[in-house]
Amino acid sequence: MALSGKTCSQFRSVARTLLPAISLLVVLGGIAWLNPRAISYFGFSLMLNLAIPMVLATLAQLFVITGNDLDLSIGPFIGFSACVSATWLHDAPLVGITILICAVGVYAAIGALIYLRDLPSVVVTLGMGFVWQGLAVLVLPQPGGLAPDWLVAIMGIRPPFVPFPVLVAIVLAVVVWFLLERTSYGVILRGAGGNPVAIRRAGWSLLKLKMTLFAVAGLFGVLSGLSLVGLTTSADANIGNGYTLLGIAGVILGGGEFTGGRVSAIGAVVGALTLALAASPLLTFMHIPPDWQIGANGAILIIVLTARVLVSRQRGVA
Amino acid sequence: MGQSEDCFARLTGVKKHFGAVVALDGIDLEVRAGQRIGLVGHNGAGKSTLMNVLAGAYKPNEGRLSIAGREQPDYSVSRAQQLGVRCVFQELSLCPNLTVAENTRVTHRALRGPGWRGKARALITDTLDEIFPGHGIAASTLVQDLGIGQRQMVEIARAFSETETPARLVVLDEPTSSLDGHTAAQLLSFLRHAAAGGISFILISHLLGEILENSDTIAVMRDGRIVAEDRASAFNRDKLVHAMGAEESRAPVPHSAAAIKTQAAVRVRARPERQTTAREVVAHEGEIIGLAGLAGHGQTDLLRAIFSATSRRSPNVTLSGTVALVAGDRQADGVFALWSIADNITIRSLGRLTRGGLISPSREKALADHWYDKIKIRTPDMRNNILSLSGGNQQKALFARALGSDAAIILMDDPMRGVDIATKLEVYGIVRREAQSGRTFLWYTTETDELSFCDHVYVMRNGSIVADMQRSELSEAAVIQSSFKGAD
Amino acid sequence: MKFIFAKPWIWSFVSAGTVWLVAVAVTRGSGADSMLTGALAMATFTVVVGVGQMFVIALGPGNIDLSLPANIGLASAVAMTVMNGNDSLVGLGLLAALGCGLLVGLANYLLIWALRIPPIIATLSSSFIIQSIDISYGRGLQIKPPPAFADFANLRFLDVPVLAVLAMLFAALAAIVLQRTVYGRWVLAVGQNMRAARFAGVRVGWTRLATYMLCGALGGIDGALLAGYFRGATVDIGNEYLLSSIAVVVIGGSSVAGGKANLPGIWGAALFLVLLLTMLNTFGVSAGVRLLLTGIIIVAAIAVASDGRPRDVA
Repeated sequence: MALSGKTCSQFRSVARTLLPAISLLVVLGGIAWLNPRAISYFGFSLMLNLAIPMVLATLAQLFVITGNDLDLSIGPFIGFSACVSATWLHDAPLVGITILICAVGVYAAIGALIYLRDLPSVVVTLGMGFVWQGLAVLVLPQPGGLAPDWLVAIMGIRPPFVPFPVLVAIVLAVVVWFLLERTSYGVILRGAGGNPVAIRRAGWSLLKLKMTLFAVAGLFGVLSGLSLVGLTTSADANIGNGYTLLGIAGVILGGGEFTGGRVSAIGAVVGALTLALAASPLLTFMHIPPDWQIGANGAILIIVLTARVLVSRQRGVA
Repeated sequence: MGQSEDCFARLTGVKKHFGAVVALDGIDLEVRAGQRIGLVGHNGAGKSTLMNVLAGAYKPNEGRLSIAGREQPDYSVSRAQQLGVRCVFQELSLCPNLTVAENTRVTHRALRGPGWRGKARALITDTLDEIFPGHGIAASTLVQDLGIGQRQMVEIARAFSETETPARLVVLDEPTSSLDGHTAAQLLSFLRHAAAGGISFILISHLLGEILENSDTIAVMRDGRIVAEDRASAFNRDKLVHAMGAEESRAPVPHSAAAIKTQAAVRVRARPERQTTAREVVAHEGEIIGLAGLAGHGQTDLLRAIFSATSRRSPNVTLSGTVALVAGDRQADGVFALWSIADNITIRSLGRLTRGGLISPSREKALADHWYDKIKIRTPDMRNNILSLSGGNQQKALFARALGSDAAIILMDDPMRGVDIATKLEVYGIVRREAQSGRTFLWYTTETDELSFCDHVYVMRNGSIVADMQRSELSEAAVIQSSFKGAD
Repeated sequence: MKFIFAKPWIWSFVSAGTVWLVAVAVTRGSGADSMLTGALAMATFTVVVGVGQMFVIALGPGNIDLSLPANIGLASAVAMTVMNGNDSLVGLGLLAALGCGLLVGLANYLLIWALRIPPIIATLSSSFIIQSIDISYGRGLQIKPPPAFADFANLRFLDVPVLAVLAMLFAALAAIVLQRTVYGRWVLAVGQNMRAARFAGVRVGWTRLATYMLCGALGGIDGALLAGYFRGATVDIGNEYLLSSIAVVVIGGSSVAGGKANLPGIWGAALFLVLLLTMLNTFGVSAGVRLLLTGIIIVAAIAVASDGRPRDVA
């Protein structure tokens, strides 16, 4: 029965898994062609400088998307975490840590609110974005602050052979892949996105699942803010704003879908790396004028997503 | 606390309401070990609610529930699972994005820790082998890659699989609706054996023949109560229908002049995409064409292809006339849940209801009222939300939408699945009358009985037409034979 | 209380009224009148794009136009450039802004349809591109609107801005389109169930295209009007209208899941938001607190206005 339908689906999933890898290779190829010297330990360390915060932001979005939601507040939240890190965490570490833990708690509470009142996550998180933005401005009205020494030290590690960002990315990819796609609890988390009614019928608490997904997203958001401060050694309230779109794009590029609980952790990390390379280094090497850099970001996104559609189409699947 | 005999479950005076709507109005039911109870009733009679109460998903407002000889004041889903109560719902409870093995983990909390995947795989495969030998389903397949029949098989196997506690009472809601004859027979035979081994069953089905053959006891529900309960041998089809409250019993099928119809104009010519021979479906004006064969063998695809041909040219389909489709899966493909019944009906005909560029409320109302009378939709007010209707009446509204439009060709994608007898009979009558006034119907149905309404039946297998027969040549045996025969 | 919540748009007007009363109480009545006038003028711009966003959101979950701010910015620059300070070119300038908006809408839908990009990403990506176009196009431009146009945009009749009156008429017209035209009905059908709509004979693709172009066009007009009102075009002129356009749709009672749209609510919600901001400004709160409060109130409003999760149903 319906054998070719199954083979088609299998092609589609293989293609979807390969696409992020192919995109990465294309971007790397472009960079290598334009500036061969960039393909080196030093080159990668430089180009992927801001990749770690981006990977973390993408993973945060991954968990939210797993539950059929979308988080438009992750960018400002990262900015808030960064501002807290550059102020409280430096001056009064215990207070800083408490604030960050509470922030993750707020994220979980938002997840609970969205579930209990059946609210659209897009709009709620859009509103929450303003809340985090306001809090960030209150914590750090002007760009500045001081990064805690330990944070700078961690972000400055220079492992042999493999650039630090790449190493971190690999570790994160493996850890999240394992937790989300191999453990028995990860099954339930993904199932909550695939068929929430069924999960509830089986006796699991959708409320707890939603809160878990959002709490983990908050955790990754905090980590992203911390890593950002460790890299730039200071902070400003708007520093994270771009990570919302880039995070979503990374998840989608990595083969994830907005609904249905179909996500790939490894794909998301690869997608984030691709975007990290494409968003700035590639453009600089292509000598795109600064006015057009923003637009080029949008164009790259479009190109990448088009490629994904074409790949799916070629396999004969609508 | 033992009860007389080995009574596994007992409901006493159970009542359940949702706001003002009374779903269960005092249910008294006893389920003994190894007993097979067939549960029948109209849509809206309360069968699903009863099932959910047994499953622990709904808490009764009144009454007592006792399972395994003990009262259950804190009954819940996990408690039900522990006691051995399993449910197979009509809306499939599988997560499409997870594999078969992972879906097994969802209902079995014990499958955790290192090595859980292997255990889950073994568990589900063993159960599938036991119930459906020769199933061919790999535990590592994503559920979204399975056909609907296979999904049903997985769902059933999952309910019977055991980790911590064995299944003692299994409630099945329309379990064979997505299975073809062969797998349905496997399931029913398995149920017979399992019952002999002490497992109790409650079988909910609209297929009266199936209920009569596969139950020890039959309970008939109507308006939230059990109105009749007796040994299965004491019932026959007509008695069941009468007890459910339908006025008409099975009406004899009139034989209209089939020969004249083939002289009329051709409305549809359609070749299935995978057809290698020259066969195609040909439908004339006023004909009712049936599509038969095992479920999921390309009938729906063909209908969809015909429908798409209205907006996009297709080399395989020639049409002359507008096309309307009545969907089988009304939630996914048919109903507009926020709208009233009237709005759901008029949506297809808006172009004809305008005056001066704006939709005329009076014309809308006229159309809705016309169909309220003609198709007998049971509602106090056509402006009520469509979800206030029972399933069967919702399906009638979807019919009214298609028939109320100017479409000359009506495609029916197994729309009678899970609909109660009374509604079916009313709709059959309307289809016949509309065909007589010149409308063409292409009817895909999984119930061979319904094929006797068709003038001409095409049997499909693996996406191609393998046989076609006139009504005079039609027989259940012939259809089944062609469904399994090798391609010609 | 139940009655107020039963009709969400009444609720939004009530809230707007409450905020106004509070503001009046704090300032002890001085400037209450001009506050209302100012609020009506500002609310107009939110209403125009709010209506456009409402139609897009009504198309169903995932449909949203995030390119609005960039669109407004570009259209304002285009309008000012074409008008060139010349009174006789006002009409042409408006048409140019309208056309610019239509093209944006078309581009958005092409991305969504041809390239199968989800609307959120499509409109966000296109907003980046539009922003770049605007930056390079409007580099160094400091064109003022023609005096007649600027005066018209600021015109008041009996203390009520003329633009506000026009916007009210426009909202009424939009309501008629939504309820009584085939197009409006089709939008609501697509929003509830796209598959069912297709099977019911609705031209899903054309409906979505028309809606995105409508939203784009309204953004274009808004850009031109804003440039007239504020007597100059800037790249950022549309930035605050993203959240506002979505917020007025939601607070006004339309369903973000699609298929249900509420027009009077948009006016009530717009007034509420504008008065809220005015009140906060009157209290002299800092930017941070203003952002924080705006966000909290939006979240709270949505949380309260929703029906909540039905009991006993997963």
